Amino acid sequence: MNPSRTLKSLRLGVATGLIAMLPAVTFAAEPLKVAFVYLGPRGDGGWTQQHDMGRLGLEKAMGDKIKTTFVENVPETADSERVFRQLASDGYKLIFATSFGYMEPLQKVAKLFPDVKFEHVNGFKTAKNIVVYEPRFEEGFYLIGTIAGQMTKSNTLGFIGSFPIPSVIRNIDSMTLGAQAVNPKVKTKAIWVNTWYDPGKERQAADTLIAQGADNVAQNTDSPASIQAAQEKGTYAFSIDADMSSFGKKAQLSGTTEDWSGYYIAETKKVLDGTWTGERHTRWGLKEGMVVMAPLNPAIPPEAVKVFEDKKAKLISGELKPFAGPIKDNTGKELVAAGAQMDDKTFNSLSSYVEGIDGSVPK
Amino acid sequence: MFRLERRATPSSTMSIVSPLLAASAMLITGFLLFSFLGKDPIEAFYLFFIKPLSSTYGIGELLLKTTPLLLCGLGLALGFRANVWNIGAEGQLTMGAIAGGGVALWFGESDSSLAMPLMLLAGILGGMAWAAIPAFLRTRFNTNEILVTLMLVYISQLVLSWLVHGPWRDPQGQNYPQSQGFGDAETMDVLISGTRVTWGIVYALGLAIIAWVFSQKTFAGFRMQVAGLAPAAAAYAGFSEKRNIWIALLLCGGAAGLAGICEVAGPIGRMQQEISPGYGFAAIIVAWIGRLHPIGVIFGALLMSLLYLGGESAQMGMGLPSAITGLFQGLLLFYLLAADLFITFRLKRVVAAPENKTPQMATKLEKAA
Amino acid sequence: MNPLVPMIASTVVAATPLIYAALGETVVERSGVLNLGIEGMMLIGAVSGFAATRASGSDTVGFLAAASAGMALSLVFGFLTLNLQTNQVATGLALTLFGIGLSAFVGHDLAGLPVDRLEPIHIPLLTAIPVVGDLLFHYDIMVYLSVVLYLAVLWFLSKSRMGLTLRAIGESPHVAHAIGKPVLTTRYLAVLFGGAMAGIAGAYLSLVQTPMWVEGMSAGKGWIALALVVFGTWKPTRVVIGAYLFGGVTQFQLFAQGFGLPVPTEFLSMLPYAATIIVLVIICRDPKTILLNQPASLGHSFHSAA
Repeated sequence: MNPSRTLKSLRLGVATGLIAMLPAVTFAAEPLKVAFVYLGPRGDGGWTQQHDMGRLGLEKAMGDKIKTTFVENVPETADSERVFRQLASDGYKLIFATSFGYMEPLQKVAKLFPDVKFEHVNGFKTAKNIVVYEPRFEEGFYLIGTIAGQMTKSNTLGFIGSFPIPSVIRNIDSMTLGAQAVNPKVKTKAIWVNTWYDPGKERQAADTLIAQGADNVAQNTDSPASIQAAQEKGTYAFSIDADMSSFGKKAQLSGTTEDWSGYYIAETKKVLDGTWTGERHTRWGLKEGMVVMAPLNPAIPPEAVKVFEDKKAKLISGELKPFAGPIKDNTGKELVAAGAQMDDKTFNSLSSYVEGIDGSVPK
Repeated sequence: MFRLERRATPSSTMSIVSPLLAASAMLITGFLLFSFLGKDPIEAFYLFFIKPLSSTYGIGELLLKTTPLLLCGLGLALGFRANVWNIGAEGQLTMGAIAGGGVALWFGESDSSLAMPLMLLAGILGGMAWAAIPAFLRTRFNTNEILVTLMLVYISQLVLSWLVHGPWRDPQGQNYPQSQGFGDAETMDVLISGTRVTWGIVYALGLAIIAWVFSQKTFAGFRMQVAGLAPAAAAYAGFSEKRNIWIALLLCGGAAGLAGICEVAGPIGRMQQEISPGYGFAAIIVAWIGRLHPIGVIFGALLMSLLYLGGESAQMGMGLPSAITGLFQGLLLFYLLAADLFITFRLKRVVAAPENKTPQMATKLEKAA
Repeated sequence: MNPLVPMIASTVVAATPLIYAALGETVVERSGVLNLGIEGMMLIGAVSGFAATRASGSDTVGFLAAASAGMALSLVFGFLTLNLQTNQVATGLALTLFGIGLSAFVGHDLAGLPVDRLEPIHIPLLTAIPVVGDLLFHYDIMVYLSVVLYLAVLWFLSKSRMGLTLRAIGESPHVAHAIGKPVLTTRYLAVLFGGAMAGIAGAYLSLVQTPMWVEGMSAGKGWIALALVVFGTWKPTRVVIGAYLFGGVTQFQLFAQGFGLPVPTEFLSMLPYAATIIVLVIICRDPKTILLNQPASLGHSFHSAA
């Protein structure tokens, strides 16, 4: 072996190695800036709190590879566009918009900042640099129905709805379907409070449902008012977004909560690896750990727990789907044929009650 | 001992100095507040007051937010001077947005040049119609307008909610609670490229000039001021209180309605559930900071806008909790309002008063009572 | 199960915080001062009451802390409007902004924590009576105290010497001052009283109605209380009736929904607001009613050397 050639190849090898390391060195030096935009305050005990916990989980997992920030109480008015724009201008490359009402401003800002990646929860418009993510709430509500259907003595369930938008309608429908699967006599009463958050009104709504015979109440609003109402009246309730059992230990049977950290970590890694793509619509549920059921109340009898665990396993494996046919709406019209799955269009724009729910969806 | 003594005429020097006094008091308090929180006060002040204005886009946003505050503030200033307590400008704004938005949706994608003028007119009329309700109830049935205007705010928001969830919902929109986007001819043009500023600010500033001329230079304006200051004297002079109430509420409603349509046809571009973060209420403060004078209201609106933008910027830039910005805004407003004291009053040093007739008079009166 | 009794009970609980805040503001406005900062004071009371009860384990301490906190905030308002002659409307609104921000800031670490609810009372025999027992004798102590408050305010305004002085000051502060009545002191006391009541109302929310603390949890009740004072034409009895009317109509519309009534829920939600307007129109048709009742100096600053 010619010593000078060895030396040359050695030098070449070292040089190449150094050059190859450069990108890694550059990435390691500059943390990725990730921003979170919240509709409400972090301490709301529900929706926003869970997102912020997801953010904290992300920070813990990624350490100094990232730097996060958050903006609270950003209304869904013309102001949100400015917040997104400012964050993008300030060098935040991955931005999570945690409410569906941010959809249109995101569309506008994303066009202006093609190198910034936007993630929008519960939306439906994507773009080259916008993806949509949403939990399979209906799995959680189906399981709520499973428990409620077994625990109800009056065969009446209650649901406190915020606004009659498709995702909320899906929740009340899948809860009813889940309950009817274990107890065909179940009926559901719904009350719409036209707000995401108003503890006083939610409390009055819960009291009304309980007075009208609903001994198991679920909700799609943000405060634990219904848990407290049930605790006082000796009936049952289910929490949403966060585990609200501290507000009613006897009353809360379970609930559907979200754990966003897994998703946030996965998406951030994609950006760091350069494998992030746009125009995706991600729906994660029990299987991926985005939807997590709150711990079961010990008052639930073992046979009921068994049914619950069994259904849960089937939902995770995909064997059981909440909106598998036959499903009729409460006017008798067929929504899904026997043996079929609900098609995407109906699913995304669902606005009918299934059989067993009183009244009709507010128009 | 100090005593407050009313000046013979309001001091014009203090008119200018008082905001500076307030600003200084705020600087000191802010310094203490931010230091207490462990944040750098200089950076906080920079983020609050300088950063939002440090780009063309930023100045555009300032003007954009000033528009509804100025429009509503002008109308409210007029009303307050006429002793009409309109707490419901927010509702009139919403109704204007609904009326104008309805016209926009009716025009759809048409590029008729009639679309925008009709939309603006509808917005103004919508706000006026909503304000006509408290005007009617007050003049005909003596119903206090504080309650009526406030209740109508909630009702107007529920009407909007019903519309976007129901009849006006975008058929292509997967049942989202929003209407389809307005067409190009139905959306307000951007005046300064790189910003979101529309003709709205021009209308607002124009209205301020008109309002100033109206109240300072015209007899009708004079009438309204007198009616507000001294209703009995006004009645004696033949100024109709009822007419003034109608004028005050209709003008206020119209201005708020214009603010509403400018908001939905401008930066928002569609009908949706959330269209205003409380402009109608914030405008009340704006009117008073501006001392109910049209030119003052312009400055009040600019300042209020800056406070909004600054609060956001401080959150984004140094992680200041949004609660702090509310605190900060409230404090600054307190100082501004308090500093105006020295325009009408002066501090006088009081030395122990020698015995004079006054105490005897008081004792005599008390004995007689 | 008969739904009527729980509906009425729920209405009472919903109306109680409104009664405290509105009766407090009634006294304030009768003295000629308009304090629009009720929402801010309620929130300060809510967070203070919550924090104090958690720390001490006693609801009494909680309500006292809430009253004190409300008073402290109203003291700021009093100083600004009564001593420094600032405009009452704007100062009240600034107070609301300040109170919302301060309460959120102070309560940041308290969010999501539980507290023991103020339990309803149990009178040995009376509570056990089938329907009437639940309807009359099964509320928490603050409900009964609100009745005491109503009677006290009613007596104070119509029968007591100080109450008459207060009303005189509200009608013509300059005349009152000329005959030696302490205008500023009286108004100060009224404002502090209003602050204490608003604070207690807030604590009722965070300790009884929905025992917890979240930013902005009053969700606009302060504004409703304000409207109720006007609705009640500044008379305590009508204010209380208004509170029950509002709470009752709200309850009714929720009830109607639960029955599946085919009316859009937004329109049902409008009922309480529309009802309030309509009833007020009916009450005020007689011009003498409103002219005799609105305190003449309401909202105007008073200065003795004017």
